[in-house]
Amino acid sequence: MIGWWISDSRKLAVASRGLLPAHKWWLLRRLCQVSVLGLFMLGPMAGIWLVRGNFAASDIGGVVTLADPYVLLQSLAGGAVPIATMVVGALLILLLYLVVGGRAYCGWVCPVNIVTDTAHWLREKTGLTRDRKLDRRSRLVILGATLVASGLTGTIAWEFVNPVSLLQRGLISGIGFGWTIILAVFLLDLVVARRAWCSHLCPVGAFYGLVGRASVIRVSAARRDACTDCGACFNICPEPHVIVPALKGEGSPLVLSGDCQNCGGCIDSCPVKVFNLSTRGRGGAGQAH
Amino acid sequence: MASGKRKMSRRTAIAEVARTAGAVCLGGLSLAALVRSADQADARALRPPGAQPEPDFLSACVRCGLCVQACPYGTLSLAEWGQEPAVGTPFFTPREVPCYMCRDVPCARACPTGALDRDIAISDADMGVAVLVGHEDCLNYKGMNCSICVRVCPIRGDAITLEEGEFNGRKIMVPTVHSAHCTGCGTCEKHCVTGHASIRVLPRDLGLGGDGRNRAGRAT
Repeated sequence: MIGWWISDSRKLAVASRGLLPAHKWWLLRRLCQVSVLGLFMLGPMAGIWLVRGNFAASDIGGVVTLADPYVLLQSLAGGAVPIATMVVGALLILLLYLVVGGRAYCGWVCPVNIVTDTAHWLREKTGLTRDRKLDRRSRLVILGATLVASGLTGTIAWEFVNPVSLLQRGLISGIGFGWTIILAVFLLDLVVARRAWCSHLCPVGAFYGLVGRASVIRVSAARRDACTDCGACFNICPEPHVIVPALKGEGSPLVLSGDCQNCGGCIDSCPVKVFNLSTRGRGGAGQAH
Repeated sequence: MASGKRKMSRRTAIAEVARTAGAVCLGGLSLAALVRSADQADARALRPPGAQPEPDFLSACVRCGLCVQACPYGTLSLAEWGQEPAVGTPFFTPREVPCYMCRDVPCARACPTGALDRDIAISDADMGVAVLVGHEDCLNYKGMNCSICVRVCPIRGDAITLEEGEFNGRKIMVPTVHSAHCTGCGTCEKHCVTGHASIRVLPRDLGLGGDGRNRAGRAT
């Protein structure tokens, strides 16, 4: 059978809209993740230095420096006084995600997303259903804890364990024994709980989630009247709770929760095209504020 | 978090806040303990030129690797998991590739955070200090005239000199490091001919004795 690999949650959309349209955003996302990482790997691997550094801080074509605002926050908590380059770089990234959606970082850039998406896919294909209930607010607690630890030790504490930096840095400049942490995240997502890492524990995601509360580009359940209650969007969504108010509520059809990754999974998987990408401020008559 | 949409009595709200704060502290302390246990090991890490003192360095360096990529000699690398320095931080191993002391210090210039001082003059760099750790194996102590370390030193004539001495009743020429001039570039360690280098770069606090603790023999 040809389509054995297609996720169950996309099957309805594949049947009604075709294979490619049902994977459009997924393909764009993977393309984005691979090319961002690829740009950084071109230097060390092929000697083509379009960009330098890694996701923590980078030099883009010798023109502008970008920096990770969450790492900067830890650095400040650790008592460092960074130079202006770092601060401006972090503000630029913050600005970018204020536009494209805070957790667009998770869905479109973070390489761990590929690991956990794979675990989730494998979970579905192998019928593993074990799902230990984790509180999705745990990540906010961990986010707070990383800042406390940075302050206590005078270091950038989360960077000692962070699988997100570990993987991107590892792919760009060598990972050492760190692959074990990535494997641990994979197994956690595979056998312990659905979407355990990205949707419950990761403080990087929690940080960008806070940014996302105010970000401009949002998914909209614009044609929610057409919803057939098939459940595909809830199945595919890494944060299903964000869909409920937009799709089933009376207010704005925009997915306003900061937890939304703007991954477009719901847009891909919907057989009747309920969802589209929109911006805050637009979104139809029913909008509350 | 406590002010959710659900109606919540004040008591529940306070309990919720206390629980969250407790969890944050618990997590913070555990992570702090982990970090502390991890960085005991980096006492020996040699940092790029212009690096702030180790405690400040660890809070400022974001592990971006821009210094590593700026080095034309491949001297620096970012610590991988399981290596000695704090994971992701830049360091170098002189026995493999020493610092060639570029005049324009491209590594420090590339640092976006201030963890490396961009304005450092290379002669003022303090990556560590060379120490003759293995004098029993040092060929000069055996009466030969090796003196490789003295001859390869880029701060020739100032950082390492040969001083006349006596060892086991023989006149020898002792390679002597002058810590005020040595930048810790590690060229001597790289070229030392003994199996393991007899002269090695150590961070200053490991390599130097410091002032005496009593006043005897001091000028003032």
